[in-house]
Formats: sequence, structure tokens, C-alpha cells
Amino acid sequence: MSTMVVIFLTFLHVLVVVALPLLLQGVINRTKAFFGGRQGPPLLQPYYDVWRLLQKGTVQSTTTTWIFRFGPVVSLVTAFIAAMLIPLGQNWAPCSFYGDVLLFAYVLALGRFFLVLSALDTGSAFEGMGVSRDVTFACLAEPTLFFCILVLAKIFDSLQMADLFNAAFTSGIGTAVTPVLLIFVSWYLLMLAENCRIPFDDPNTHLELTMIHEVIVLDHSGPMLALIQIASAIKLFVFAALGVRLVLPSNFGNPVAEWMVFLVGVIAMAITLGIVESVMARLRMNRVPQMLTAAGVTAAFSFILLVTTR
Amino acid sequence: MFEYSRLVILSVVLCAISGLPSLFLARRSCWSQTIATGLLIVGCICGLIGIGQVYFVVADLEIARWPTPVPNADFVLAADSLSAFFLIPILLVTMLGSIYGLEYWKQSDHPSDSQKLQVFYGLLTSALTVLVLAHNSVTFLVGWEGMAISAFFLVGTQDEKDDVREAAWLYLAASHAATLALFMMFALMYGATGSYELVPLSNEVLGAGNATIVFLLALAGFGLKAGLMPLHFWLPSAHAMAPSHVSAVMSGVLIKAGIYGLVRMTWVLAEPPLWWGELLLVLGGVSAVLGVAFALGQHDIKRLLAYHSIENIGIIVIGLGLAMIGRAMNEPVWILFGLSGCLLHVWNHALFKSLLFLSAGSVIHARHTREIDHLGGLAKSMPWTAGFFLLGAAAICGLPPLNGFISEFLIYLGLFQTLGLGGGREFPVAAFAVPVLAMMGALAVACFVKVFGVVFLGVSREKLEYPIHESGWAMRAPMLVLSVCCIAIGLGPTMVATMLDQSISVWSHHDAQPATFLEDIAPLGQLRTAAIVLLLSLALGAFWLHRRIQNRSLGWTETWGCGYTAPTARMQYTASSIAQFLVELMAWPLQLKVERPQLTSFFPSTAKFKSHVPEVVLERAVLPIVHSLGRCLFWFRIVQQGSIQLYILYIFAMLVFLLLFWR
Repeated sequence: MSTMVVIFLTFLHVLVVVALPLLLQGVINRTKAFFGGRQGPPLLQPYYDVWRLLQKGTVQSTTTTWIFRFGPVVSLVTAFIAAMLIPLGQNWAPCSFYGDVLLFAYVLALGRFFLVLSALDTGSAFEGMGVSRDVTFACLAEPTLFFCILVLAKIFDSLQMADLFNAAFTSGIGTAVTPVLLIFVSWYLLMLAENCRIPFDDPNTHLELTMIHEVIVLDHSGPMLALIQIASAIKLFVFAALGVRLVLPSNFGNPVAEWMVFLVGVIAMAITLGIVESVMARLRMNRVPQMLTAAGVTAAFSFILLVTTR
Repeated sequence: MFEYSRLVILSVVLCAISGLPSLFLARRSCWSQTIATGLLIVGCICGLIGIGQVYFVVADLEIARWPTPVPNADFVLAADSLSAFFLIPILLVTMLGSIYGLEYWKQSDHPSDSQKLQVFYGLLTSALTVLVLAHNSVTFLVGWEGMAISAFFLVGTQDEKDDVREAAWLYLAASHAATLALFMMFALMYGATGSYELVPLSNEVLGAGNATIVFLLALAGFGLKAGLMPLHFWLPSAHAMAPSHVSAVMSGVLIKAGIYGLVRMTWVLAEPPLWWGELLLVLGGVSAVLGVAFALGQHDIKRLLAYHSIENIGIIVIGLGLAMIGRAMNEPVWILFGLSGCLLHVWNHALFKSLLFLSAGSVIHARHTREIDHLGGLAKSMPWTAGFFLLGAAAICGLPPLNGFISEFLIYLGLFQTLGLGGGREFPVAAFAVPVLAMMGALAVACFVKVFGVVFLGVSREKLEYPIHESGWAMRAPMLVLSVCCIAIGLGPTMVATMLDQSISVWSHHDAQPATFLEDIAPLGQLRTAAIVLLLSLALGAFWLHRRIQNRSLGWTETWGCGYTAPTARMQYTASSIAQFLVELMAWPLQLKVERPQLTSFFPSTAKFKSHVPEVVLERAVLPIVHSLGRCLFWFRIVQQGSIQLYILYIFAMLVFLLLFWR
């Protein structure tokens, strides 16, 4: 690729990462409103919200230190770097090297580490609860993620995200169809859990005792809250985009068509998220580990299937 | 020409005698500690300069050869890249630890035990140096025994306390069980080869059966020292009871003597069967996950860090296991990734674990308690210590852009290679270690979020009778050096790649295929770029947010308590409550004990909740076995009456027996 093309593609990639994530939130909200028989907020409402928060002032707790303010920054920066490591419309990512998938996993862990620390910085018991739940579920989600990576690494013989999440069904993967379908199931559950969606967590709840993500950010306000909201939107977008690339054919040789298919796929993914949130109730807190274990076992089974049938 | 190897001998001697002058000075004299530390620093720097030669001038360096009364066994010190690699963290960490001790264990505050500490601290450094440089098994055992004994006295520094003595005795018993295994191992090797030299042996020389026994004995002896699960039972109490800078040395470098032994013996046993590597991989995985799981259940900050050492030893052993599998299956790339991850993690763990122990020591120095649940809010009064601990915590969790990430990255890459990537051979069983490592990483994040959040964030859970002081420069400077090292390896992994290549080449007996260098197959340059980009964008983001908030602050208030008007510091989430969810999920392996209050009436009285994670292996396996063994051996006391006449009679009877029946 010539330098001009690389610059253009990077620009496009950054543009999509900046513009699209909040739109997905809007799509999810509209879908939920549709199922609830309401008209719902405008599609662009999340942008207005973030813009408004950025203009607002902040009130901080006297208990807090610099870590409280640093948490949102790390959260956003790590989510953005993770988004730079993944392929979107084409099999190409701005930052790509052998083993980048490990950086992806660990950079997200870095974001989580600082965000939960900034929650603990307030000394609030509610936020302690949220932290406890968040780190617990992360422990169960992480093996699932790595089983998925193992399966994909085995199929595509690579450790680069651009190769791994490579529209499996157009690449002539033959016998690996079942494993890929299985890890798609795992991936979907992982996406729900990592982004604190129903049935693992309810992004709309305002009862502190039951929340996970929302309670962690309870004391952040103004620009800090805006950063966190953008970061979680980007994280959801990253997981949705990778899920789409896992199953949706996109190797046509025509970049415009590939991008179109990808964008439609991501919007469709957001709609399915909205549907899931509309038709399901939140799980009881002690059921969540079982659900996550089920996702992990599915991915593990998929790996065993793959290495034994070849 | 000046021979640099002399510097290493000088270092061994200076370290060994560093504590002696203090014995002749007054107990409260500040000179004795200054002299001891000064000698140790000079010794360590001499050693570091001397050993640097191995990397830059000659690969195999004979340092000393002195005759001993033992036939066939001179006292031989020699260095290759493998021993040099282990020696560097030993000298660095002990040097920094002794500087830290100047303030942490001040002579005038501890007149009764400080001199003892200095004598054995120096001896320990010297013994560790001898151990890694030993070229034959007799020299090795001299170093090993010196290390075990001096560490015993260091653990028992405050031997007026019961629990300290108990921990020290447990340590001594475990150490000598390890020594017993090593004696048997070296005797077996001597029987087969007729030489004490530590050189690579093929299976024809040793015999396949002998080789297996030697390997298992090495695993038992060195595994005990390294704290590999389930042989870790002595480690948590010993690390918790020693003074913090001694804990840093023990956890950072002393248990690495076990790893050095394993690496050296797998170098000696040149033709390993596949199952040795598999065994190491399984043991490493068990150690990694259970080590951090036990850490989650701890309330004592130093015990918690000690369990994390077990976890990190697990990671190191996973790397070594992968390298062994690579050698058994003749896959140089697996060896390269596995062993480089293993060795680099030895360095990294020495750096961040001693950093964590030293900063935990600062907390203990200021607050005089190791109970995590009594602390809180220290980030405000001790900003430096908080920063150092945070850095160490992020590094031990393997988070980018710090050093822990680099070594875990290499081990991950190696484990992924067993899928047969790039047309290599397949051994997918090993790949199951990947999710194990991933889970361990997430558990480590949970555990350090718990420690850092409860100790340094929020507000103090106990009322403070005195103002909290930040540590002075003698304590901060060593932590600063360790932090800089952690960041440097994280940002510039290419710097250590050449040293790793040399050490790996020694381990694989110089027969690795040409052109397999770490820099060629691992994306170290890209990792460096990613780390720098990450740091820069974090700095930029922090600066932007700072500017943004500065003009818009609407004031400060107390934490939102959902409308409750009388919150107290005791209402904060404690370490136990943060970990409770996870600990309950793993209640079976941890043998969690919980005492819940029973609600008996409509107006319940004051109640207590207690949860405790015991040291399962020690309490459920080792102690019962030892006790029943003790009861069986009780009957032998009949011959031990304690009167000297009887013993003379025994000798006489034995002589008569030998004269009559020995032909």
C-alpha cells in the first residue's frame, strides 16, 4: 500500500471510531423504545449528552486523589488504542503486528484497572460493591476471550487481529464452521458481559445495590463522566465490530462494498443488543458467574472440537 | 591487563564480611550500619562490573579455583551467561535493600537485632553469589547451605516473637528438606559420572532411569526453595515475618535460587523426555492460579505479596516447561519464547516484587500494622509510596507499558506457537496454559485493585493518634531505582534481548539454529512503539482533563452516600468484602472459613463477621503428616537416654560388632 492510501485508511479508521460508537448507543436506545411502545430519544441524543457533559462543571469528593481524575483518561485512551488495533471495514488495522491481540486484551485490562481504582478512590461502599463485581466477572470473562483467540489463531494461523477477525465464512475454513459459530455465541455473551449490558448488568438502573458499571462511575461528573461514556461506547463498538467481522462475509475485493456490509452489520448488531435488552430481564447476581462460565465452556469446547477434528 | 574476574571475588568477600565490623562497635552506634551498608554497596558494584564482562568480553569466565579437602572437588567459581543473568538481580536488589534498611531498620531503633541482621544479610548476598557461580556440586551446596542458614537468621530477626520463631523454624525445616533432596541428587550424579562437575550430561552417561530420578529430586529440592505449589507451604509466613527489606530480597531473589537450580539442572540433563516439560507446565499453571487465588483471601499485606510470589514462580515455570517441551520436540522457537519469557520474568519479578515489598514496608513503617483492613487513605499522606506501589502493582499484573507485560507477552507467544502456527509442529495440549495465564492475569488485577484501593485510597479505617509521615530518601531512593528499571524494561525490551539471546544459547548448548534471535521473531520494536504511544497519549489526556476541570470546578464535597447523612470510615468496602465474591467462587480449593453472626431476636446485639483463608497445604497435609511421623519416631527415644555412659557403651558394642563380623 502506498503512503497516501495508508494515511487515508488511518483517517477513515479514526473517523469511524470517533463517530460511530455513540450512534450505536442511539440505535440501541431507539430499539428499546420501539419494543417499549415509546417514541424514544433522537438517534443523536448520546452526542448531545456527551457534548453537554463536556461543557459542565464538576463536583469532586474531598476523599479523592489524582487517581480519581486519571481513571477516566486511562479508560478512554485504552479504549481508543484497542480500537486502533482492530480491523473494521477491511482486513487492515492502523496498528498491527504479530501478537497485537495480546496487547488488545491487556490494554483493556489496563483501562479496567484504573477505572475501578478511581471508583475506590471515593471510599464509597456502593462503588466498592461495583468494583468487587466488575473485577470478579472480568476473571471469568478473560479465559473466554483467550479461548476465542486460540480458536481463531488455530484457524487462521496468525496472531494479528486483522487476520484473526477475518470474515470467517468467506475464507474457505471448511471444517471449522462449527467452532466459529460456537465462539460467536461466546463472543456475543462476552460482549454483553464486558460492556455491562443486560442480562449481566443494566445500564439504565439507578438502584446502587444492583449496578456494576453505573455504580463505578457514580461520583464522576462533567467532563470526566463524558470521557467514561465515550470510552464505554468505544469499547462496545470494538466488541460489536469484532463480532460482526467474525461471521459476516466481507472479502469482496471491493472496499466500498466491504465497508457498507460492515457498517450495516454493526448497526444490525446494535439492534440485536436492543432486542436482547428489551426481551430479557437482568440475571440475579449469583447467576452471572454461571452464565460467564457457560460462555467459557462453549469457547473451550469449540477449541477442543477444532484441535481434535483436524 | 586487569582481570575483571578479580572484582567478582572481591565482591564475594566484601559482601561476606560486610556485617563483621559492626560486631565490634557499640550497639547503638550509627557507624556499624553505615559501614556494613557501605561495604555491601561497594561489593555489589564490584560484582556487577565484574560480571558485566560475561556479556561484553568472554562468554565463559573462570573466576576462582581453590583446592579443598574434598577429593575431586575444588572450590570453583565460573560464570556463563546463564549464571550472570541470575547474578545481576541478586546484586542489584540486595544492594538497594541494604540502602533501604538504613532508614527502615535503623540501628538506633533496633539495637538488639540490627547487628545480627547486617551480618547475615551480607552472608546471604555472598552465599547467593557463590551459588549461582558454582561450577561443581560441592561449591553449589556450600552456597546453598550458606543461603539457607543466613536466611533462617534473617527471617528470625525479631526472634523474641513467637510467630516469628515459628515461621523461621518452618523455613529451616523446609530448606533442609530441600537440601536433603539436593544431596541425594548430586550423590546420584556423582555415582553415575564419577565427577562433581556441573556439565551437560547425555542420557547414555547418566542412564534414562537415573536421569528421571535426578530430575524429580531437582524438582522437589528446587521446587521447595522456589515455592512451587504444593511445596510453597513455608513461604507465606517466612516472607511476612521477616523485615520488609529482607522480604524483598527473599521474594525478589532468594526464591529465584530455586529457579536457577531448575534452569541449571535442565541444562545439565540435556535430553529431557516430553513429560518433564508437561509436568512443569501443569505445576506452573497450578501455582499461577492458586497462588493468586490464595492471595485474594489474605488480610496481611505481606502474606498477600508472598502468595503473589508463588503465582509469579508459576509463570516462570510455565515458561521453563514450554522451553523443555520445545527441546524434547526439537522446536527452537518454543525454546526461545519459553525460556526468554522465563528468564525475563525472573528479572521482572525481582524488580517489581521487591518494589512492592519495599513500598509495603514504608506503609508498615508509618502505620505499624500489616492488616490491610485497618489501613486506608494513605495516598494523600504518602504520595511517593502510593505511586511506587501503584507502579509495582500495574507491573505485576502484566499491564502495558511496564515490564511484566513484556515477559508475559513472550510466554503467551510461545504457548500460541504450540498450535502449529507458521507450519511448525502441533502440541495443542500446551495451549491450554493460555486461558490459565489469562485468568491468572485477571485475578491478579482483582487482587491488586483490592490492596491498592483499600490501603491507599478512601480514608483511614482507624482513628490516627499520630500524623503519618512519608518515608525519607534512604527508603525512597531504592524504590525509585526499581521503578525506573520497571519502566525501562517496559519501554525498551530490545535492550535486554541480546542478553536473553546469549543466556538461551547457553541453555540450549549453543546448538539452536542460527538466525533465531529474539529480536527477529518477537515484535519487541512494535511493543516499544505501542508503549511510548500509550504513555504519551495518557500524559496528553491527563493534561487536557486537568486544564478542562481547572476552570470548571464547582467545588468539593464529601462522597455521595445515597442520602445517608452520617457515614463513617468503617462503612467503606474492606479488602475482605472486595474479594468476597471471588473467594466464595473458589471456596473449595481455598477452604474458606467464615463465621457469620446468627440473627436470633428482633433487636440483634453487636455481632462479628470473620472470614479466614488458611494455608491449606500446611494445615491439611504437611502438619498432620509431620505429627504422625513424629509419633511413630517417638519409640526411637528408648535408645536416646541422654546419659554419656550409655553412648560409650553403644560405641563399644559397635566396635566389637565390627571387629567380630566385618570382613
